[in-house]
Amino acid sequence: MNNEIHIKNGLVFDPTNKIEGKICDIYICDGKIVDKVSSSAKVIDAKGMAVMPGGVDIHCHITGPKVNLARKLMPEDHRLDPHFKTKNTQSGSGGIVPSTFATGYRYATLGYTTAMEAAVPPLMARHALEEMYDTPIIDNGYYVLLGNNLFLQSLIAEGRKEEFKEAVSWWLNVTKAYTVKLVNPGADEPWKGHKNLNVKHIDDNSKVVDIAPRTVIDAFINVVHELGLPHPPHIHCNNLGHTGNYDTTIETMKTAGDRRLHVAHIQFNSYSGEMGKSPQSASKEITDYINDHENITCDVGQVMFGKAAFMTADAPLTYLLRGYKKQKWVNADTECESGCGILPFDYQGMIYTHALQWAIGLEIFLLSKDPWRIVLSTDHPNGGSFANYPLIIKLLMDYEFRKEAMKHVNQKAMNSTILGDLKREYTLNEICIITRAGPAKCLGLKDKGHLGKGADADITIYDMLDDKEEMFNAPRYVIKAGQLLIENHEFVSDYTDKKVLRVAPDYDKDIEKVIKPFFDDFYSISFGNYAINDEYLHGTGQVIETKKKKSIYEN
Amino acid sequence: MSAASKDNKIVNEKIVENATCTFCGCCCDDITLTVDMDKKVITKAQDACILGKAWFLNHVIEDKPIARIDGKEVALDDAIDEAAKVLMDAKFPILYGMSDTICEAQRQCAPMMDDCGGTIDTTTSVCHGPSGMAFQGVGEPSMTLGEVKNRADFVMYWGGNPAEAHPRHFARYAVTPKGMFTPNGKDDRTVVIVDVRQTKTAGVADIFLQVKPGKDFELLWMLRAACKGAAIPDNCKELCGIEKDVVEDLFDKMKNCKYGVIFFGMGLTMSRGRHFNSGALMALATDLNEFTHFVAKPARGHGNVTGADNVVSWQTGYPFGVNFSRGHPRFNPGEFTTVDTLTRGEADAAIVIASDPVANFPKPAIDHITSDKCKLISIDTKQTPTSEAAHVSIQTSTYGINTGGTVYRMDDVPISLRPAFDSPFPSDLEVLTKLRKKVNELSKKANRPYATKKYI
Repeated sequence: MNNEIHIKNGLVFDPTNKIEGKICDIYICDGKIVDKVSSSAKVIDAKGMAVMPGGVDIHCHITGPKVNLARKLMPEDHRLDPHFKTKNTQSGSGGIVPSTFATGYRYATLGYTTAMEAAVPPLMARHALEEMYDTPIIDNGYYVLLGNNLFLQSLIAEGRKEEFKEAVSWWLNVTKAYTVKLVNPGADEPWKGHKNLNVKHIDDNSKVVDIAPRTVIDAFINVVHELGLPHPPHIHCNNLGHTGNYDTTIETMKTAGDRRLHVAHIQFNSYSGEMGKSPQSASKEITDYINDHENITCDVGQVMFGKAAFMTADAPLTYLLRGYKKQKWVNADTECESGCGILPFDYQGMIYTHALQWAIGLEIFLLSKDPWRIVLSTDHPNGGSFANYPLIIKLLMDYEFRKEAMKHVNQKAMNSTILGDLKREYTLNEICIITRAGPAKCLGLKDKGHLGKGADADITIYDMLDDKEEMFNAPRYVIKAGQLLIENHEFVSDYTDKKVLRVAPDYDKDIEKVIKPFFDDFYSISFGNYAINDEYLHGTGQVIETKKKKSIYEN
Repeated sequence: MSAASKDNKIVNEKIVENATCTFCGCCCDDITLTVDMDKKVITKAQDACILGKAWFLNHVIEDKPIARIDGKEVALDDAIDEAAKVLMDAKFPILYGMSDTICEAQRQCAPMMDDCGGTIDTTTSVCHGPSGMAFQGVGEPSMTLGEVKNRADFVMYWGGNPAEAHPRHFARYAVTPKGMFTPNGKDDRTVVIVDVRQTKTAGVADIFLQVKPGKDFELLWMLRAACKGAAIPDNCKELCGIEKDVVEDLFDKMKNCKYGVIFFGMGLTMSRGRHFNSGALMALATDLNEFTHFVAKPARGHGNVTGADNVVSWQTGYPFGVNFSRGHPRFNPGEFTTVDTLTRGEADAAIVIASDPVANFPKPAIDHITSDKCKLISIDTKQTPTSEAAHVSIQTSTYGINTGGTVYRMDDVPISLRPAFDSPFPSDLEVLTKLRKKVNELSKKANRPYATKKYI
């Protein structure tokens, strides 16, 4: 039977099931991992190779309106990096923001099989779902931007807790989202309504802010916990990118108390120093807090030198950065829901701040004690492309290489950090955790990130090479849902039968009566046309169960 | 039709609420349609504007063949086979149109042209293409239309005539509606119209500025300079046809508003200067953010031209004028845009979807597309000069009336359509999906060598 595969002789890494580099057999049937297969199964001899679950990217920007604006904005970048058609795959454009086809194929050629789009405004969610369907191979889900939603903020401000809970649940359902995303909560109103201002503090109660960010954060953490979503609120903290912002980050984490919270691209929120002046590293303070608090998970948002593109719902930050070089810039306000800024960017090793950001990211990786709660990401494409992942792995696994790399960047920045003293080297098993097993656990995806019986047969097989960048750059085999896609580094088939991962918590239908009047007054589309119907999932939606949990370690 | 609804009671009546009109880029989604299901006609389109009423009420199911080859009726599958063969056999096939169909159908197009190594281009290349190019150069501060309704206290239209092209734009989004921070509607807004002539639109203006034809760029650049602190030049009137003090007052209003917006039309993009004009306008809106919150947006025309831009962009990285002959997308307006490829006589096969170039293009382009040198395939909802001149012609059902799907409003907001009644004609999606599949099969058989990086 051709839907069966038997992988033998491979060195298997399956941290979830406590297999840390052991030669054993893996059997696949009908897209799932099973106990055994018939003798007619296709055999893959993985001798001298590492067998891992497919990679899971917990935070990237790959589909949706802002991504597409950035694609349109950067033809000069596509032109340098064409993605060629093959007999089995479509062509596309590469660069820092690849076209949808190229995005899917390129993730697969790194061994990634799941990627979560980190920010979509609800009004534009159809667009994101449409693009996901055109992004081959990888399973997707997305986080819906609710932190600056004016209607929800008004419910919080008025203390209408029950209705707030129902409304959040309604929004998650009608937009087919995976969890709640908060981006610089409270900042939209100063930006749009007060001539491009920003919030300054998590407890900001100045005239331009309708509601203090902490109140919003607390309300969302609470409601997501109550609803038992598989992934906690995914937060882009206030003051991101500003010197001295680490105390805002710590205050944000403290707001969570012992409830779960995921801090996105935490590197951008780990700067000490005086606001307005050059930043210093606060990686120690940040990792100390995370190490001590099991309820917190984070992804790093590692900065890598070279091209990047800012795309974020944090519009005031993007405008601030635009001020440095005055280059082309896109702003996109979404009514009642979100702001957005887009800016092409370059990280340069000789610039103090950029080199420091690079070092802080690595420090956070190296100082954190629990690899399960720290996820590898570049906040693609904000800190650099996902194509940098293999290089990041090499930097983490190879102390000498790291020391060498440090010599070629701004020395003032290097001297102000402790990176050179951190001799820790990640093991292959730990890499497997921060790129696959960990993010799957943080997301509450029980069928992904491991190779136990019943798991999705998303598998990557890498040649064991000394150069870890080379190794992770080109898996020899990639299997998605039991289908062999890449064999000997080449695509042997295309795969479009992918899944959209989402949640569907229960809600009281009556909440629509509360929401509708607001829509009629302040939205520009009809309430009846807002909810997204199932056709947009193309029959590929998968609802992940909801269950209250205190940490990722609870089953 | 209206007579039918008055005199004879409709037996089999259906009401469609929240229907979307896809006539123009406003995509108003608050229309209530009354449908006579027996006669297959829409008898009432409540809340639609004059254009929308014409769009809905005049739609009838025609008694025409679905598919024809050289004028002779054939089975749909035969027409699709022939179309696929034409595209695969051609050396320089082009695909054009797409702005009047749903995104789901548009999504079939780029992969199809990828398979046959052709060119894909949309009607954007003859309307806001220059704005797309300007966007690539300078970016754009923008917004959804609801933000304008809720916040804008300064609204400007430049080089467009929405009163006649987007009749409900004023009332639904930009001039009269009462929003969150504009509780008094028009009283809370300053409306400025800049145009070369006094159109119907000028009637709503608080300030109407009649710019000299072809001098939009000069006026825009003066305002940009003013943002950087330069004085408006004394010979202002000579340069752009408007008095100095009027421009100074305008700049003052722009700078001091709370939330400013400029909508611009083809008066800018299709007059001398083209993408320099739209680029200057977007750059001006960007500059004004130093003083206040300011945004700009092209007022797009066709029902789903914005969707076509989006789909082609996400699939190829570029919005229009994309060629696949080297095995990957290349963008070059002027080289791969349709009027140019036809005028130079390059295309030897053309597939036109939901568009009518034979009625609208410059004569040399029409001469080529209708000649023996270019095999023409037409997929359209009505018989048009293009479909009549086509070698293969397929008639499809109409989006928003007979078929559902997604359209993007001019501000990139995606909306789902609610069809009123079925049509015997197949949908664009069905035809294009089949055609894409067929082209894919043929391209696999053709076994052509695929380019690899070593050829760069």
